[in-house]
Amino acid sequence: MKQLISVLVENQSGVLSKISGLFARRGFNIDSLAVGVTEDKTVSRITMLADSGNSVAEQMEKQLNKLVPVIKVRTFEENEVVSKELALIKVSATNKNRGEIRDIVDMMHTRIIDMSTSTVTIEICDSPEKIDILQDMMRPFGIKEVARTGVVSLQKGSLNI
Amino acid sequence: MMTGAQALAKGLEEHNVDIIFGYPGATIAPFYNELAKNRDKITHILVREEQNAAHMASGYARVSGEVGVCVVTSGPGATNLITGIATAYMDSIPIVAITGQVPKDQLGRDVFQEIDITGACAPFIKHSYLVKEASDIPRIMREAFYIASTGRPGPVLIDVPSDVQNQTFKYTDPGRVNIRGYKPTTQGNPKQISKVAKQICAAKRPLICAGGGVFGANAAAELRKLSRKGNIPVVTTMMGLSTLPTDDPLNVGMIGMHGHKPANYALNHADVLIIVGARVGDRAVQAPGKVEETTVTIHIDIDPAEIGKNMSATIPLVGDVRHILKKLVDEEINPDSEYWVSELRQMVREDRAKEIPPREGTIGPKGFMRKLGAQLDEDAYVVADVGQNQIWAGKYISVRKGRFLTSGGLGTMGYSLPAAIGVKFAYPDKQTICVCGDGSFQMSMNELSTMVENGKDIKIVLFNNNKLGMVNELQKKGYSEGPFGVQMPGIPDFCKLADAFGIKSRRISDESEIDDAIKEMLSTEGGFILECVIDPDESTMAQ
Ligand SMILES: Cc1ncc(C[n+]2csc(CCOP(=O)(O)OP(=O)(O)O)c2C)c(N)n1
Repeated sequence: MKQLISVLVENQSGVLSKISGLFARRGFNIDSLAVGVTEDKTVSRITMLADSGNSVAEQMEKQLNKLVPVIKVRTFEENEVVSKELALIKVSATNKNRGEIRDIVDMMHTRIIDMSTSTVTIEICDSPEKIDILQDMMRPFGIKEVARTGVVSLQKGSLNI
Repeated sequence: MMTGAQALAKGLEEHNVDIIFGYPGATIAPFYNELAKNRDKITHILVREEQNAAHMASGYARVSGEVGVCVVTSGPGATNLITGIATAYMDSIPIVAITGQVPKDQLGRDVFQEIDITGACAPFIKHSYLVKEASDIPRIMREAFYIASTGRPGPVLIDVPSDVQNQTFKYTDPGRVNIRGYKPTTQGNPKQISKVAKQICAAKRPLICAGGGVFGANAAAELRKLSRKGNIPVVTTMMGLSTLPTDDPLNVGMIGMHGHKPANYALNHADVLIIVGARVGDRAVQAPGKVEETTVTIHIDIDPAEIGKNMSATIPLVGDVRHILKKLVDEEINPDSEYWVSELRQMVREDRAKEIPPREGTIGPKGFMRKLGAQLDEDAYVVADVGQNQIWAGKYISVRKGRFLTSGGLGTMGYSLPAAIGVKFAYPDKQTICVCGDGSFQMSMNELSTMVENGKDIKIVLFNNNKLGMVNELQKKGYSEGPFGVQMPGIPDFCKLADAFGIKSRRISDESEIDDAIKEMLSTEGGFILECVIDPDESTMAQ
């Protein structure tokens, strides 16, 4: 089961290195990490996706809480939150198969944001799984580059962390 | 207007700091200039190497209950300090370290004596600051002392660029500390507390396991009360030694790899285990998985991250150990432990009555420790170093109202002498014994000079086995090539060395001299080195 860990931290230099250092030395693996400032300029939100099992997730949460610049930590199951990730995928394309690529892009309700004689670049903002699917679908055409932001998420409904 | 350096000094004054252990250099010179102006209020103790400034601050903090403070320069001064910071971190000792740093606009350019010390210490420090504005110093000083001394205590570092020390600003009072990310839980959950009490009442074989956190919370008296009230036997970790007197009827001894047999027996046979301020480290509990299978475990700790880290807890209880123990003592605690207590007491009695066979031509360290314990003042402090000497001291010196101190978490060789000096600064009149091996002594013997300079009458018991005994023992037991890289044929004549530092000494190698030599050491004025020639093949394992 994947866990989403949402961490509110002081928006100061050095905080991210404290957190990534903690993860490295305690052997916590994370799949993705996204950082950005929140509605309060002095606070940043770090969203992490980890596949670690419950007891490790509990230690992660506790160890994060021990860092002074960490204000709040919450671990969520995936169904408790709404999540999105943004990805840009640059794919090889020729006059022959460009139409085929477009069909897939349409079917996945996403869009092409750039193209050249030999490539198209697709933008997708969706769940990590959907992005994985699109990547799989594009692989036969030849993926040249992928940039993914990592998941960001908020709790469903009116709750906040 | 005020300078950054003045703000640092003001911060010290605010926290009633009257002693600071340090070593100067260029980037901390502005602050030293301020220290010079404040010399009547704050005594500066010049150490001989920076690591020992942290160890002295640690020894001072551990017995005084106050935050220990040290100060060093940037670069090599700061890197030398690192082992001291890590040692304090592993034992949860509150110290504040101030380091000089290169000027702000030169940061990140690898200029002379620039080291990213906050980065280097990150894995083993409670919190650190790299100060960018002098006007932040008043707030940072309050936060640093608060963070170091509250919750689970630990070291805090303040790295101050030299130009920030000189920068002037208009002082405004920063107000009370309020850090939104740092609000340690101190009150134990009352429901959990009653649950614990009920669980203890239902026990037939209850056992308290006391760790260093009991001292961190200043809760030894409360722990003894709980033990007595509930007729609950107590084992301790090495860090928890001296929580209760050695011969307290409910003290079963030290657990662990090098612990007392009855204590390990108790740990493995308890039905309800109350772990208090201990992290269940591998040296203390070798098979936590086995214990948690058969035992109801209650884990009381200020640090929630310790609970469930190395052993799962049936009942976790987070909060200040002293507060929780006080509340527990108020509950009904009456387990039917009579049989269990008498069983353990019998085992302890037999264990203690075991003859320690005499040695020919050398000093048997175990027998020596017993005799030393018998002659010490009731409230003496014993600071043990690391290695075989530490095990023998912990296991065989009996403590009454005093304290046993050692570097339990990191096992830092060379800790004992500087820590003992720190202890002496806190309590100049208390008998303070430093026990060390010839290897560990040579790691910090430069501090003899600090000791003598400041008239500290520390009694040093030095076990000379011409070897790094502990490693020698390990290699003999477990490695095909046997001992390697542990001999020290070039060891100095320690008595001559004592002479060079102007202190008295005596070397003994015959057991008939032990009592007299200890007496001479304890009654001689000033520092003293008692060198005991021991058999290099003496083992620490239970006999
Ligand atoms: C700074 C440091 N370096 C190395 C070690 C590994 N070590 C543990 S015990 C020991 C031997 C200690 O020798 P000595 O001080 O002579 O004491 P003895 O074991 O002989 O009593 C060593 C090298 C350590 N604990 N600390």
